[in-house]
Amino acid sequence: MDFGRRVLVLRRWRIAVRLEWRSVIVCGALAVAVACMAVLALMTGSYQLSPGQVVSALVGGETGLVHDIVVEWRLPRVVAALVFGAALGVSGAVFQSMLRNPLADPGIIGFSQGSYTGALIVILVINGSYVQLIGGALLGGMATAIAVYVLAYRRGVQGFRLIIVGIGVSAMLDSLNTWLILKADLEQAIAAAAWGAGSLNGVSWDQVAIGGVCIAVLLLLAAMSSRPMRQMELGDDTAVSQGVRVSPARLGMVVVGVALTAVVTAASGPIAFISLVAPQIGRRLVRTAGITLAPTALVGALLCLAADYLAQHVAPTPLPVGIITVMLGGGYLGYLLFTEARRRL
Amino acid sequence: MTAQTSDVEVRVPAAASGPRLRAVGLLAALVALLVLLVLSLLVGSTVIAPSVIWDALFHPSADIDQFSIRDYRLPRTIVGLVVGMALGAAGALIQALTRNPLADTGILGLNAGSSFAVTVAVGVLGIRDISGYMWFAFGGALIVTIMVLLLGSTRRGQSPAVMVLAGVCVGAVLGGAGSALQLTNPDAFDAMRSWAAGSILGRPLDVVWPVLPLFAVALVLAFAVSGPLNAMALGDEIAAAQGVRLARTRVLAIIAITLLAGGATAIAGPIGFVGLMVPHMARWFVGPHQRWIFAYSILLAPSLLLASDILGRIVIRPSEIPVGIVTAFIGAPVLIALVRRKKASGL
Repeated sequence: MDFGRRVLVLRRWRIAVRLEWRSVIVCGALAVAVACMAVLALMTGSYQLSPGQVVSALVGGETGLVHDIVVEWRLPRVVAALVFGAALGVSGAVFQSMLRNPLADPGIIGFSQGSYTGALIVILVINGSYVQLIGGALLGGMATAIAVYVLAYRRGVQGFRLIIVGIGVSAMLDSLNTWLILKADLEQAIAAAAWGAGSLNGVSWDQVAIGGVCIAVLLLLAAMSSRPMRQMELGDDTAVSQGVRVSPARLGMVVVGVALTAVVTAASGPIAFISLVAPQIGRRLVRTAGITLAPTALVGALLCLAADYLAQHVAPTPLPVGIITVMLGGGYLGYLLFTEARRRL
Repeated sequence: MTAQTSDVEVRVPAAASGPRLRAVGLLAALVALLVLLVLSLLVGSTVIAPSVIWDALFHPSADIDQFSIRDYRLPRTIVGLVVGMALGAAGALIQALTRNPLADTGILGLNAGSSFAVTVAVGVLGIRDISGYMWFAFGGALIVTIMVLLLGSTRRGQSPAVMVLAGVCVGAVLGGAGSALQLTNPDAFDAMRSWAAGSILGRPLDVVWPVLPLFAVALVLAFAVSGPLNAMALGDEIAAAQGVRLARTRVLAIIAITLLAGGATAIAGPIGFVGLMVPHMARWFVGPHQRWIFAYSILLAPSLLLASDILGRIVIRPSEIPVGIVTAFIGAPVLIALVRRKKASGL
């Protein structure tokens, strides 16, 4: 007989927090894995360091070259991978929960395709600078997301209609992107495709700081909307009957999800697939029915960091991180599906 | 159910039409397809008189205009017809099988499998000829389908949701490997960017003939499983209670999908959106009735493909836009208008 899962209840002052043991343990294990991966990433490079040097540099015990290498050169990239990975994972979780579809991610609302179109136009047509590239990408992505939302709006936005309109608009932009790549000069086309795959090359402390603050605020908003999210997973009618105002809640989720992706895209290009795969891996590790945000964020961070490590140090030539996230995330989710299938036998 | 007036999603929508209207609509779709077939022969970057076209088909001579009809417009028209029918049928099957409105040939990893195999053929083995790498495309689709089927199966049967995720995973891994190959090999990138656009131009008919028997087998299978798929739309338990053999139906449907989508991709490259959009439109018109959806999809999909191809020839004359790029620009506005106007039917 199943009496439900074992829970951990924390009571302090007048607040009680009820956590499931399994999810506490999974999150703890993921956090440890993230920390180990971060130390490994900080150690590795053309100037190899020991774990002790890295830790003492982080707590301020080193000066000179070691301090510069760890804190000034390698740390921004590692922090960027962690923060961006977590942001992408949560944005995917918000969309999958909102649309009740495991295939949904911010790509559904056309953001990724739109930002790629904007970037392609800047790179290939007006031959613009890096700042213009970021502007073009954000403008393209936002314009597309707004267009999809408005086109899907008819006395409120229904999940299914949003999906269909998103498919239509994304397909048109995909075609436009293919056409732009096809007509471009080969070298420029390859450069554009490399940006489109997403890369953490040249991420500086400034970008990490600005992006990190935005992402922290957005993650807080996402965490606050996790309760209506869970009720809306049961269906719009049920959520309404429980006092959730469905349409404003949905608009809020769209905005948070798209904004999370936008911040990452501005800094690093569209890193594919984390938003799709991290929520799926997270819920399989915790074994819940719905989407859970904390494990998803940790899985996203770990995935992005590990992928960047592989892309920089293990691949024969340095690759954009987006290519590795796709392979790593896809492979691991495939493995989870495989073991899950065996367990059900 | 028909008395619903509110704007909520209707799970079991009333068919937009009775049986008689459905038959009339099917006839109209057939006429539209025939008109487009003729137009596809008539319209091109150079203007050729209809009498010359007639002579080219039935009284062949060495005239230069006849040559361009026989060697260019006729093959691309036939290729468009065949590929379109295959994509429409495959799309209808995939959506019925997975009960997911997002599903199309890309979802089960088929396109990624084909693309990866062609990237290897072009980038590593140096094959540059369509009749050389078409079998790579077909083989890639086949291997991916088998992997997806294995990943999505348990001894108790297959779960469509897991199969879709498995397809996404396999597709992602192969897609990433393909991009890595392309970004480090400019020649392969150059060749792949035109293949990836999807085109029905410059495909000799010898590429089509070997695939035709496979398509015939797949279409027979598709109609055979349409009854069981109707029952499965109500849920696995109800279907099983009605005597549907779930595992067998799913395996047969997947074989048909692989033959159709793999064959179409082998001939024309990955043409998106046709297989996704046409079954939706068919379902809105005839209601949740698989056999009618197949019939409509098989007629409407080649119409969309041929119309796109014709448009692609004349928009930037004398240059051309590959058909795979035009389909979305024609189809998406129609799809969006429809979903805004009608009560959308879920799956």
